[in-house]
Amino acid sequence: MTSTVPRAAEATESLGEPQGSSKRSPRNETQRSRHWRENLAGYGFLTPWLIGFFGLTLIPMAYSLYLSFTSYNIFSPPEWIGFDNYARMFEDPVYVNSVKITAIYVLVGVPIKLAAALGVAMLLNYRDRGAGFFRSSFYAPSLIGASVSVAIVWRAMFSTDGPVDDTLSFFGLEIGGWVGNVALVLPMMILLAVWQFGAPMVIFLAGLKQVPRELYEAADMDGAGPIRKFKSITLPMLSAVVFFNLLLEIIGAFQVFSSAYIISNGSGGPAGMTNFYTVYLYKRAFTDGQMGYAAAMAWVLVIVVAILAFVLFRTSKMWVHYQGDSK
Amino acid sequence: MSTLREIRTPADPARGEQARPPRFTRKQINTAIWFAVLMASTAIVLYPLVWLLVSTFKDNSEFGQNQGLIPNDPTFDNYAKVFEGIAGVPMWRFFANSTVIAVAATFGTLLSSSMAAYAFARIRFRGVGIFFAAMIGTLLLPFHVVIIPQYIMFNNLGMIDTYWPLILPKFLATEAFFVFLMVQFMRGIPREMDEAARVDGAGHVRTFASIMLPLIQPALVTSAIFSFIWTWNDFLAPLMYITSPDKYPLPIALRLYNDQTSTSDYGATVTASFIALIPILLFFLVFQRFLVAGVATQGLKG
Repeated sequence: MTSTVPRAAEATESLGEPQGSSKRSPRNETQRSRHWRENLAGYGFLTPWLIGFFGLTLIPMAYSLYLSFTSYNIFSPPEWIGFDNYARMFEDPVYVNSVKITAIYVLVGVPIKLAAALGVAMLLNYRDRGAGFFRSSFYAPSLIGASVSVAIVWRAMFSTDGPVDDTLSFFGLEIGGWVGNVALVLPMMILLAVWQFGAPMVIFLAGLKQVPRELYEAADMDGAGPIRKFKSITLPMLSAVVFFNLLLEIIGAFQVFSSAYIISNGSGGPAGMTNFYTVYLYKRAFTDGQMGYAAAMAWVLVIVVAILAFVLFRTSKMWVHYQGDSK
Repeated sequence: MSTLREIRTPADPARGEQARPPRFTRKQINTAIWFAVLMASTAIVLYPLVWLLVSTFKDNSEFGQNQGLIPNDPTFDNYAKVFEGIAGVPMWRFFANSTVIAVAATFGTLLSSSMAAYAFARIRFRGVGIFFAAMIGTLLLPFHVVIIPQYIMFNNLGMIDTYWPLILPKFLATEAFFVFLMVQFMRGIPREMDEAARVDGAGHVRTFASIMLPLIQPALVTSAIFSFIWTWNDFLAPLMYITSPDKYPLPIALRLYNDQTSTSDYGATVTASFIALIPILLFFLVFQRFLVAGVATQGLKG
């Protein structure tokens, strides 16, 4: 597999070469053969991606759309049942609950994470010297946050008599472990997401560096306070970056899987409070063997994400200001 | 660090000449507060990692008793236990499995993504616009919509419990993020650089291999690091496809420890978790500038 891919590209290239160099043909002919050669080279270079796009994305998407209208358990052939899977979803209390907690996770977690990211980015932007160390330290959790190791650590930190429980008890808050607590396990998962604020922070910071200092100086002369400057300069100048981070974080948050799976030992508990959308999808498909139902769930997710992205792009025209020419 | 020293040096000597010299200038006080706030935040953010490191030296009996940062009785027992392995498979084996998968996946990602990026950025062929839009679309696509059909496909191909389902997609540039990153980088390179080579008679293969690849080296390094780390951390794909313990990569092996935690061995679980993180932390320490720069450019030019 490894070697066929580049060889395919070379083959197309050597095919195209002699035609291009034949100088006897009239100009029109050369022009056409150059187009021909560019097409060959283009598709040659794109071959791996094309195979992946059609073979691992587009056709599987279509197939999963088909499966979503069937009852299928991988052992016997799919059986067409129309919209039953979709209809069942809304009557399935476990599904409704997983939608609810995923929505809370996204709606609460993403704004807090982005606020933390922007706040720390502004703090780091205050001064260049020494900021590099902090920037790297804050970024580290983003890199490892999705790993099983961190999920295990998180569970240990928030378990009964764990470090968090100990610290809170010291301040007189005897609330016990968060992991088994129906009310606290979702906030704990949100904290794990917020802990990974470093990636959007780095993007915010890069955006802040591009805001012209003169704007702030001019505002200073007009006697604008820090809040006014934030609202009238920082936010509008940063709106494109806010938009980008918002889109990325929302889509990412919808897909939270491994940490919830590990922390709940694959159960989605306690009381379904970590049974996020993709956790439930996975369990339906691979534990219960209900692949048709899971495929329908996946398509609902795609549609919801598509609608959200569409709405974000549409409304962005009202609040995102692109600088005419940033460079 | 250097910031500490600066706090003590007067930033504005002219002020010292005044009748009542203030002990600190306003700027120095601000800097001190800035530094203190950030130090405190860093301590909170990095605390779980420090706690993890320290806990690997704690005796099993200390868990649930001593949650502080100093082990009562530091011991290497946990490491000894972890190296023995779990489910009859030694630890080094999980480590080796993860390494094989991550290295192969990274190589495949670099090769296929750079080729696709070159086609998108530099070759004018029919359909380039549509395919580029499709690539951007997959950037936002929740991949859960394809895992079931992919599982069925790899199952039909007899590839369950092999590394093919984990590695093959990487050779097909399925991670659009890397294609996008490299396209952005290539677009920043002056066209004259490679057009000169084309005029001299070099074909696209030559231009790509000997001009473009060396020029996009920073993007390749960033992609390599991210690809390695993401594959190393990946949990869902091996959970679906790998069934025999001797083929487990680290994240799935960790699950074995994790599932047993309820019964006893906290120390081993925590230590195995730490060992699984070591390569990533090392990568991070060595390449942090590349990583941070990679994230920043991806955000701004997008």
